[in-house]
Formats: sequence, C-alpha cells, structure tokens
Amino acid sequence: MASKLPKSPLEHSAGGAGAAAESPGAPPRGLLRWLLTTNHKEIGTLYLVFSLSMFFIGGIFALVVRLELFQPGLQFVEPEFFNQMTTLHGLIMVFAAVMPAFTGLANWMIPLQIGAPDMALPRLNNFSFWLLPVAFTLLLATLLMPGGGPNFGWTFYAPLSTTYAPPSTTFFILGMHLAGISSILGAINIIATILNLRAPGMRMMDMPLFVWTWLITAFLLIAVMPVLAGVITMMLLDINFGTSFFNAAGGGDPVLFQHLFWFFGHPEVYIMILPAFGIVSAIIPTFARKPLFGYASMVYATASIAILSFLVWAHHMFVVGLPLVAELFFMYTTMLIAVPTGVKVFNWITTLFQGSISFETPMLFALAFVVLFTIGGFSGLMLAIAPADFQYHDTYFVVAHFHYVLVPGAIFSIMAAVYYWLPKWTGHYPSERLGRWHFWLSVIGVNLTFFPMHFSGLAGMPRRIPDYALQFADFNLVSSLGAFLFGFSQLLFVVVIVKCVRGGEKAPAKAWEGAQDLEWSVPSPAPLHTFETPPHVTPQPHP
Amino acid sequence: MSGGSYYVPATSKWPILGSLALGGMMLGAGLQMVHGWGAPLLGLGVAAILAVMALWFRDVVRESLQGLYDAQMDRSFRWGMGWFIFSEVMFFAAFFGALFYVRTFALPWLDGEGAKGVAALLWPDFTASWPLLNPPDASVSGPHEVLSPWQLPLVNTLILVTSSLTLTIAHEALKEGYRRTCRNWLAGTVFLGACFILVQGFEYYEAYAHYGLTLDAGIYGSLFFLLTGFHGMHVTVGAIILAVMLVRIQRDHFSGDDHFGFEAAAWYWHFVDVVWVGLFLFVYVF
Ligand SMILES: [Cu+2]
Repeated sequence: MASKLPKSPLEHSAGGAGAAAESPGAPPRGLLRWLLTTNHKEIGTLYLVFSLSMFFIGGIFALVVRLELFQPGLQFVEPEFFNQMTTLHGLIMVFAAVMPAFTGLANWMIPLQIGAPDMALPRLNNFSFWLLPVAFTLLLATLLMPGGGPNFGWTFYAPLSTTYAPPSTTFFILGMHLAGISSILGAINIIATILNLRAPGMRMMDMPLFVWTWLITAFLLIAVMPVLAGVITMMLLDINFGTSFFNAAGGGDPVLFQHLFWFFGHPEVYIMILPAFGIVSAIIPTFARKPLFGYASMVYATASIAILSFLVWAHHMFVVGLPLVAELFFMYTTMLIAVPTGVKVFNWITTLFQGSISFETPMLFALAFVVLFTIGGFSGLMLAIAPADFQYHDTYFVVAHFHYVLVPGAIFSIMAAVYYWLPKWTGHYPSERLGRWHFWLSVIGVNLTFFPMHFSGLAGMPRRIPDYALQFADFNLVSSLGAFLFGFSQLLFVVVIVKCVRGGEKAPAKAWEGAQDLEWSVPSPAPLHTFETPPHVTPQPHP
Repeated sequence: MSGGSYYVPATSKWPILGSLALGGMMLGAGLQMVHGWGAPLLGLGVAAILAVMALWFRDVVRESLQGLYDAQMDRSFRWGMGWFIFSEVMFFAAFFGALFYVRTFALPWLDGEGAKGVAALLWPDFTASWPLLNPPDASVSGPHEVLSPWQLPLVNTLILVTSSLTLTIAHEALKEGYRRTCRNWLAGTVFLGACFILVQGFEYYEAYAHYGLTLDAGIYGSLFFLLTGFHGMHVTVGAIILAVMLVRIQRDHFSGDDHFGFEAAAWYWHFVDVVWVGLFLFVYVF
C-alpha cells in the first residue's frame, strides 16, 4: 500500500487540539449515549460487541451439534431440535456474527483510513445498527415458539421452509427482512462515505485495500440483499397467502427458490471474505515491513471476484437437475474465480518475500488466514467440478470446505483485525502472551474440528444429520473434541479484549512500526472526533 | 472537496425509535399472520414508523433551511439516494427473474420439455401456456381469463409516462425559478399518480370479482399480484413523497440551484415509471 501519512503525522489530527469546534450540543450520557449515538467509533464498537455476543450464541448452537455428533446414536437432543441448532448456528454466524463484525470494523476504520470526520450519513448509521438487535431478538425468539424455530438449514430451501415449515417461519422471515434492511442501509452509508468523504488529495487508487474491498463489498450488499428480501417475501406469500411461487402444483417451481437464493448466496460468501482480504492486505505489509506487492492487481482482482460472483450461483445446484449447458457454464465460471483469488494469495506471499518479518498476534492470525483460507479455496475448486460434486454434494466435505473459508478465513481475519487495531481503539496493546495462546489454541482447534470433515465427507457422511454410521465415528470424535477446544479458547479472546480495554502497555499513535495508513496518524486511543478538518494527503506513487 | 471543516450532524432520537417501530410492525405482522391477533400492534407499528419518518425528515428539512448542509453533505445525500434506488432495482429484478424463469423454464419443463423431462411425470395431462389458466394440480384453480393490456393497463401506462413528463416540466420550471409553474405541474403529477392508483385499484377489483384472477390462482396470479402489487406500493410512496414536495414548494423551501429533496423525489418517481414500463411489457403484453 502506498504510504500516505501527512508530512508530520500529528499535525492534522484534530482530536485534542480543536476541541472547541466539537460537534454541536453536548452528547447525552449513560445508556442514552449508546442508544442515540451518531459517532462512527461508538457505532463501530456497538457492532463489534453485538457481533461478539452473537458469535458466542451461534457457537453454543454449534457445540450442541458437535455434542450430539460426538458418537453415533442419539444421545442428547431430539433430531428436530438438532435441525434447529444447525439452522440457527448458520443463520446467526452469517448474519449476526460475521457480517456485523465487518460492518463494525468498517465503521471504526474507514473514516480513519480516508481522513473523514465520520460516516457520510451518521443518523442512518445509528438506525442500521439498532435494527440488528431487534432483528435477531425476533429470530432467536422463534426457538421458544410452538413448533420450534427454523429447522430447514441456513439455506432454507423451499418447500422445507414453506409447505413443511414450522409456524415460526413467518417470524424468521420478518427478522431476516430487518437484518437485510440494516445491511443495505449500512452498505449505502459505506459507499457514500468512501466516494464522498476521502481527504483532499486521496485518489481512489490511494485508498488502503480495506477501504477498497469494503467499497466493493458494499456494492455486492446493495446488489444482492434486495434479492434475498425478494425471495423471502415470496416465501412469506407462499406460506400465508396461498401463492404458488415454489409450489409446482400451481405452476411454480421449488428450484426457482434455489436460483434466487443462490443468486444472493454466492455473492454473500464474498461479502464475508472480501473485507477479510482487505484486513490481511493491511496486516501483512505492516509486519513484513514492506509495501504490499501488487496494490493495483489486488484492486482489480477484488473487482473481478465481485463481478464473477454474479455468474456462478448454480454451482450450489449441480445435482438439482440442471440442463447440461448450465452445469458446464457454472462449472467453468466458478473455476475462473480461482484466477483472481490466486493473484491475491501470490501477492501476499510475495509481500512476505525478503521482508523483515515479525510475528505479533495480528500477523499470526493473518498468516494462518493465508494458509488455511487457501485450503478452503482448493476444496472449493474441487467442489466446482460438476461431476465430482455429484459425489461431494451435501456431504461433510462441503461443511469442511465452507468452514475453512469462514472460520480460519473470515473469522481469523476479524480476530487479526481486532488485535491489529485494538491499540488504536483502546490506547493499549493487547497482551501478546495471551494473544499467542488464543492463536495457537484456535488454530489447533479449527484444524482438529474441520480437517477430519474432509475425510468423513469423502467417505459419504451426509451433512445435517444427528446420527451416523459407525465407520464415521472416529472422525466425528476428533471433530467434536476440536470444536470444544476451539469454542472454549474463544473465552480467552474475551479476556484479552477486556484486559486491553482496562489497561496494558501504552500504545503510541503509530502502534506498529511498519504501519503506513492514515489511521496511525491520530493519537491512540483515537479521540471521539477525528479529522474535523480534513487532513491533506499527498498522493505518492505505488511501488 | 471543500477545504473548510466538516459538518457532522447532531445525535437524534429518531433512528432508534424508527428501528423499534419497525420491529413492532414486524412483530405485529407476524402475530397477525400466524395467530390472527397482531393487527393492533401492526397498525401501531405502521403509525409509529410514519410518525418517526415525518419527524426525522422535519429535522433534516429544518437543518437544511438553516443552511447547515454544505456541498459535501449534499453529495452524500445524492450518493445515498442513488444507491437506495439501485437496491430497489435489484428488488424488482428478483421478481422479474422469477417471472422469466417460470415462463422460460419451469412451465415448459412441467410439460415435458427439456433433457430431464421427469417433472412431466407429476402431471402428465398438464399443458404449459402463458398466461397459465390451468395450473398443473386440480387443487389450485387458475384464473378464467386475464386482463387485456390494451384497456386499463394501457391507460395506466399513458398516465404514468405523462406524469414523468409533467414532473420533468415542473423540475425545469423550478430550475428557472418559476415557482408557481413548478407548483402547478407538480400538482398535476401528484394528480396523475393518484389516478394511476385508482385505476390499478379498480383493475384489482375487476380481477378478483370477474376474472378469478387472485393471489392464489396459480403462478400467474402469484406473479401478477407480486409485481403489480409491489409496484403499486412504490407508486403510492412516490406520490406521497411528491405531495410532500408540493407542500415544500408552497413554503418556498427550494431555490433554483438547491433543491435536492425535489430531485430525489423525481429520481424515485422516474424509477417507478421505468419499472411500470417493464411490467406493462412483460406482465401484460408479452
Ligand atoms: Cu457459491
């Protein structure tokens, strides 16, 4: 990344000095302050805290699943409840943990990285956040309703989610609508901020990659969240108003549901990984003490991935009965995505080449991301091959694949980001010792959990099943032990964060020696209001 | 970008009240649909949302009139509105996609076309047609007849296209500073919008009363009411926004070169108009 610090880093940070010109009116105190805040840092914190709490709720659901799968036979939960756990684990992790975490990071860091005083539409920002607790209260409340919560998997295929669904499905749909509105409005805000509030002198190609990847992610969100809204609206009508969208008896088609869902669903997985690419592209150069290799190619690769993501959705539907030409088209477009993704991995590794690397906790998570995400990418490539997918489809191999891209992929990147930016948020370094413990326990836990799933999947174990044949017992035992190790190590993450908020080694404005972006020019902790007068950024040529 | 300091809006209680109102509305809607007793909460939620929107926009209008917003804020609003309309485009795109998929693939396949052909085993007697008057299964009864595009729908097309034109004239008048002219043409636009909604309402009545064309009349009825229904809601919202703009013109809120509220309303109205042209062509004509 080009370094674009103002000549003297502290010269322009308006935080301490220009306090007289702070925002109009005194901000409310106590609880009201958090309810009414329009400050990007406070809203960012709200998003992150919300996401972390939901991460634990979704995690408990996952542990219920792994507990039941610890050995063959039915031990702890009824199959019906098991299905609700797999479903809500997926929904909560995707929509309430990973997505809000990235939005929280965007809120905190994008204004700081582009020299903006706040998000472009601060009140809308508050609205976007507070829709989330409302949405997920509604969604979690379905567990307590007669007939139980959603039990049809996070992909909620019709007619399982319409004709054969529990009555609470209507509330699930309405909750998802609220979450969708929140995402769309949040994304609009992020785009407007990036396009309109960059510091004078910062051109698009000067932006840090986290900003670039979020710009493209926001575009994806605005393009596909409305499609999700459309498809759940059609479900709502099928359930409550007798329409026939996903009912062949009336001339509709359940496969139509899958097309619409995956037109949203595939870009959705990039929504959960592109910001991760941006984070890793910030951390690796910092700790390799070298500028990012191939900045421009990173931007183009991100854009290519986003465009291709609209042309690959039916790779989730290879066994549903598509015409041959569709199987081929979606197979080739899917494999094409490996090209820009490969560019990225190549650039990260080349950035490391001949760098003077140090291994602080954020770097550990970022490096693990590169390795383990790539494993997930390769298994994705295997799944892309239609004839092979006929074997893998709906087995634990798929579960292994997407957990590799989501857990040591998206979630590790979020953890890396938290360790990387905690000094900026709190003014203290997180404990390096505990951070390392957290990292190594997580890495071991993740691989113990998900690596054996490749084998149980290839051997034919179907996903979303509470019981299984005896030959899968060993793999499942290892997976379950790994899951509990990973799950409980996350308590350490909470300890690190709480300790860091309360105290610790003081961090200077530029907390990491090799860090280059604009956020490191404001004091640590970043004052409530930063860049009230725009800093001037001198464009510098990319290396 | 301006060199001076940034404008950052003050805190506001409307967003959080808005999200609570929206949550209340959703809860009410769900309780009504599932258990049949959520209507009061639903109504309360809708009323609360309308109130919050009115008060939130009132604050924004006041701040705008106080001259608090600079050119940068104006650009933020423009990007915001532009991308919001794009999200609406994608919302309708999902419904159009469903329409095309059903017509091109789902129905012919149920009729035995295509390499797989197995879907045809479900209802061997089924014959695909569009509009679909005879759904595959006897448990779903189709419409007896569908609406001719060349009567009320054509009238509505003319109404809506004309309204886009009158709105553009109003906008031009505003830019030139002819406030009265602008007001008159804008009033005409709102009137045309109201006419459209009335005609559409009458068409729905006809469909239900005489054609057997209902929401549950198989996939044709489903798609017909999905597309025209959501469009109709958008026309209603657009007409209300334009009516608000009429009041704001009356109160002299706008100047020839600073009237983004009006422009945003106009963008929205043109978008609704374009969607209708798509509907007219692909739902009614072809
Ligand atoms: Cu996909």
